[in-house]
Amino acid sequence: MRAANVFHLGVKELRSLARDPIMLALIAYAFTLAIYASSTALPETLNRAPIAIVDEDRSPLSTRIAGAFYPPYFLPPAMIGQAEMDARMDAGLDTFALNIPPGFQRDVLAGRNPAIQLNVDATRMSQAFVGSGHIQAIVSDEVAAFVRRDRARETPPVDLVLRARFNPELNKSWFGAIVQVINNVTMLSIVLTGAALIREREHGTIEHLLVMPVTPLEIMTGKVWAMGLVVLLAAAFSLTFVVQGLLAVPIGGSVALFLAGATVHLFATTSMGIFLGTVARSMPQFGLLLILVMIPLQMLSGGSTPRESMPEAVQFAMLAAPTTHFVILAQAILYRGAGLSVVWPQFVALAVIGSALFACALARFRSAIGAAG
Amino acid sequence: MSGGPPDAAATPPVARLREVGLRYGRVRALDAVSLDLPAGCMAGLIGPDGVGKSSLLALIAGARAVQSGRVEVFGADMADARDRRTVGPRIAYMPQGLGRNLYPTLSVFENIDFFGRLFGHDRAERERRIAELLESTGLAPFADRAAGKLSGGMRQKLGLCCALIHDPDLLVLDEPTTGVDPLARRRFWELIARIRAARPGMSVLVATAYMEEAARFDWLAAMDAGRVLATGAPRELLARTGAGSLEQAFVALLPEEKRRGHRPVRIPPRRAEEDGAPVAIEARGLTKRFGDFVAVDHVTFRIARGEIFGFLGSNGSGKTTTMKMLTGLLPASEGQAWLFGQEVNPHDIETRRRVGYMSQGFSLYAELTVRQNLELHARLFRLPADSIPGRVEEMARRFDLEGIMDALPSALPLGQRQRLSLAVAMIHRPEMLILDEPTSGVDPVARDAFWRILVDLARREGVTIFLSTHLMNEAERCDRISLMHAGRVLVSGAPAALIAERGVATLEDAFIAYLKEAAREAGEEPTTAAAGPPVSAAAPAGAGGPARHRGFDLRRMLSYANLEVLELRRDPIRATLALVGSILLLFIMGYGISMDVEDLTVAVLDRDQTTTSRDYALNIAGSRYFIERPPLADHAELDRRMSAGELSVAIEIPPGFGRDVARGRPTQIGAWIDGAMPMRAETVRGYVEGMHARWLAERAARARGAAAPPAPFTIETRFRYNPDVRSLVAMVPAMIPILLLLVPAMLTALSVVREKELGSIVNFHVTPVTRLEFLLGKQMPYLLLAMLNFLVLALLAVTAFGVPFTGSFATLAAATLVYVAATTAIGLLISSFMRSQVAAIFGTAIITMLPATQFSGLLDPVSSLEGAGALIGQVYPTTHYLNIARGTFSKALEFQDLRAAFVPLALAAPVLIGLSAALLRKQER
Repeated sequence: MRAANVFHLGVKELRSLARDPIMLALIAYAFTLAIYASSTALPETLNRAPIAIVDEDRSPLSTRIAGAFYPPYFLPPAMIGQAEMDARMDAGLDTFALNIPPGFQRDVLAGRNPAIQLNVDATRMSQAFVGSGHIQAIVSDEVAAFVRRDRARETPPVDLVLRARFNPELNKSWFGAIVQVINNVTMLSIVLTGAALIREREHGTIEHLLVMPVTPLEIMTGKVWAMGLVVLLAAAFSLTFVVQGLLAVPIGGSVALFLAGATVHLFATTSMGIFLGTVARSMPQFGLLLILVMIPLQMLSGGSTPRESMPEAVQFAMLAAPTTHFVILAQAILYRGAGLSVVWPQFVALAVIGSALFACALARFRSAIGAAG
Repeated sequence: MSGGPPDAAATPPVARLREVGLRYGRVRALDAVSLDLPAGCMAGLIGPDGVGKSSLLALIAGARAVQSGRVEVFGADMADARDRRTVGPRIAYMPQGLGRNLYPTLSVFENIDFFGRLFGHDRAERERRIAELLESTGLAPFADRAAGKLSGGMRQKLGLCCALIHDPDLLVLDEPTTGVDPLARRRFWELIARIRAARPGMSVLVATAYMEEAARFDWLAAMDAGRVLATGAPRELLARTGAGSLEQAFVALLPEEKRRGHRPVRIPPRRAEEDGAPVAIEARGLTKRFGDFVAVDHVTFRIARGEIFGFLGSNGSGKTTTMKMLTGLLPASEGQAWLFGQEVNPHDIETRRRVGYMSQGFSLYAELTVRQNLELHARLFRLPADSIPGRVEEMARRFDLEGIMDALPSALPLGQRQRLSLAVAMIHRPEMLILDEPTSGVDPVARDAFWRILVDLARREGVTIFLSTHLMNEAERCDRISLMHAGRVLVSGAPAALIAERGVATLEDAFIAYLKEAAREAGEEPTTAAAGPPVSAAAPAGAGGPARHRGFDLRRMLSYANLEVLELRRDPIRATLALVGSILLLFIMGYGISMDVEDLTVAVLDRDQTTTSRDYALNIAGSRYFIERPPLADHAELDRRMSAGELSVAIEIPPGFGRDVARGRPTQIGAWIDGAMPMRAETVRGYVEGMHARWLAERAARARGAAAPPAPFTIETRFRYNPDVRSLVAMVPAMIPILLLLVPAMLTALSVVREKELGSIVNFHVTPVTRLEFLLGKQMPYLLLAMLNFLVLALLAVTAFGVPFTGSFATLAAATLVYVAATTAIGLLISSFMRSQVAAIFGTAIITMLPATQFSGLLDPVSSLEGAGALIGQVYPTTHYLNIARGTFSKALEFQDLRAAFVPLALAAPVLIGLSAALLRKQER
């Protein structure tokens, strides 16, 4: 392998990309607007939850309870009749319906321990759990305050002080932004190398290269470094200007270390792109393959839902995917400010996976060339 | 060619053009062309590629929209949509490129049948006509063969059958014989002559690059650079220019500045001492098989150093494959080849530096300028860095590229691009050039200039030149040639010797003689259709005549539906990938996306170490939601282990906790939660708060005994629809809508744009099919596939995932049909206005993925969203279908309960199809 050839072939890739406005627009979109949109559209865990109240008591206490639900956690409650409740929940209009029975205030004051019924639409997992906890707390507070005719809470003997580290307000948009950057790094590196390879094959230029004194290894390495560099620069730009700038997400750790990790990750994903480019026989097949590969990579790498709650087998299988390690690495560095002493196992894992993918891709690439009619 | 010169005064012209102009962006394809094309005869357009012949024919056929000027065919204005619909069925159009408007995976019969349906013939009528056409073209034995597997000549005949199925009055043929072997070409023209004899009223309009063919037409228009140079019968053109051949006449007609510098190519004989020159290329028994197909069959030849050697043969005769084997691009299945006495080895980098290769078509980087292309190749061939600028300048001078060094190749005319390709192939001073069809499509003047360079290289510098061509007059310039057919070398020798051996007048006749001999030896039926019955395609007037003026024709729509079904069946990978892929994704997402947060890691920093503190720690760490890790020693350890992501939550119990609790003094427990993943952190917070409260309550109860006052009230929480609060029950019915969006949309997204890229979209342009028929026909098969997909997914949800189905299945099925009509329409919409398949893939991914996963209520209800996301969510069909899917799966709902969700869902498909129809162009612009 000659470094000069690898360099010139990579420069050629960069020049080609520079003249492809659709690809450039896609990259620009993916690292600016897409990140901004998806991070700001994500509601907080409990945001504007739709709630309805069936107030059969119509007492000062029930009015007080109804008045305790307001944005941003809840939408202003819809005051409905008993008959409407089921229909509204069936239609998905409300996630919660609180049913205050007749004589509630009277029974509370008389110490008869009346029951309030809280109906939760449990098909909406994201709101059901957290929301019912909130509602219980709110109702309890209001009833307690009403009973004491006093809003001041007495200090309980043992206070629980909860502090969320690394993201004190549990702001979902921070999380969404970083995960989106990670997803786009993966997707673009696969698309750019895979599509570049298929395009060269469709336009016949790959043959042209192969009759010259360059080896498949040099051609592949040229693509890997050039496309990796483009994605790396785009990610660095996005992290600095969109995530830190526009979205004002504080970054805990060293951006340089993150980018070093991204470089190793890109080595793995660009190799994967070339591999897919040799597997797909045409652009449409590449498109379907891309979806089949990208969705598991995004969903199961720990970026969307916690790895701990996945089945053991899935957790184990996903250790072979570079994104799993990259997500762990990125969260550790960017949120928790972890240093190399903490994340070195991820670096090693990414390097090993990358080398294996590169070797596979090279083998496929070499044999695909032999078979290309 | 019968008919004689038309009497222009007596019959009105078949087509009349006035001041017709056409531009593609900044390129002017036609420049104020005014022309009357005579009716009832063979009219030809001659000139090289890129002079506007194809554009002119496309305008006349109605495939391309008129930009300026007036085009009249049969007296109808082609710019007027209603006129075009009336006159369209009288025109048949066969576009350029061997069978570009055919469907390669369909059989011969199915291809013709498709066109028959488009023109509204009923089954009996179609079968009668197809049988007749197949019989007269000699294609009958191959009726079941896929069009993609036919030879070039047969594909041309099939294209002709498809064009003739509806008895056109005007037959427009764009370069019908380019790249076809001479025998097949001759038979093609014989066939046309017989068709014309049977239908004397039919006009035929042909564009061709073969001058010898054009010489036999009734009337010609010579074109160059978007203008008509001259018109008239071939004899008149020859007389006017005083030229001996039509090619010379054409050169004479060119404007002065193009002719300047044009000299006939003179080839000096090879010097005598070179006859004994060493062998540069040798092949022995070279064979290449692709599966059962033998592309190259035991080819043997030997080329001496400094020789110009040509391969003459039709497309698909094995020329390119042989060249690829010589360059090491393809490994040979059998046999051996040597370059400069060394056996060809694909891994031998050194030999490549002695060879320059120019592949068929233009394969340089269109995104790099002329200079960048030259420099890149110079560097890859490892020319010393300091010599590169000089060498690049030298090549620019030699190949006359100096004025265009900073232009992009795609903006250059073909002749210049061809010179650039050669310059690139020559940059490293190779001793041998392998050129695959280097001059196809280049005009005669540029071709001669190119040849002068080749001759110069061969004779002065002793470069060995090995080229392939399908042009006879080029082959005549070679020192020696090999005639190739069906993967075999028929004969090798000097052109003059071959002509003499067969005792014929021209190389073409000699070639034909060898071809016939080869066919006889192979024991093949002399496929000449001359013995076939005359073509009597003229239908009984009125009987089964095409339905011309109907607004929406079910048969035409089914014709496209049928086509799409056949293509899906022939490419099972796509359908399988769609079905299996969606099942795979259902499993992955069903099991993988879990909202049940469990197995959280916790560690305790217990600074009290009393029974009370241990009791508290056990209360939290011992619960089923948490997994306890080794206890923490100090804050530093807490920091370290949390930042490594090892702990989801850390509990700190302060010193004196037990004492304070016992005495009722206020004290504080600290809980640190990892907030890097907000959803998990929220859940953890809820768990910890709950356990803390329970611990306090239990303690209080223990302290006060049974005397504890009862709580003022209780809350009974009922988790409805999913009482066990299982993720699967919530997620699987919501996943089905997502999958039924992503996959069908991706499938239809390529259905139209693929036709655009491959060229068969022209059938939509020139046949009476309407936009709605076209779109709905394309949609239908994918609708059925999506319904099948739905049934499989729903079955899996109930069986494999154990999700209970409680509502009305009929309601869900009806909603699904309406929903997939909308999702397939999303793909069609993208496909209608995108130009390339890649763009369609990206576009579809962008407009489906984000709204489906984030704005449709999959995780967060639409009512909780804000801003643009909420707006998209309210109109997006997935939102409404998701409600229906959850309602029928989990909430035991019937149609009555879900009526409201059906309304917006039912609106989506018609709106999307309407938009697609508005964006789809019935003509190319």
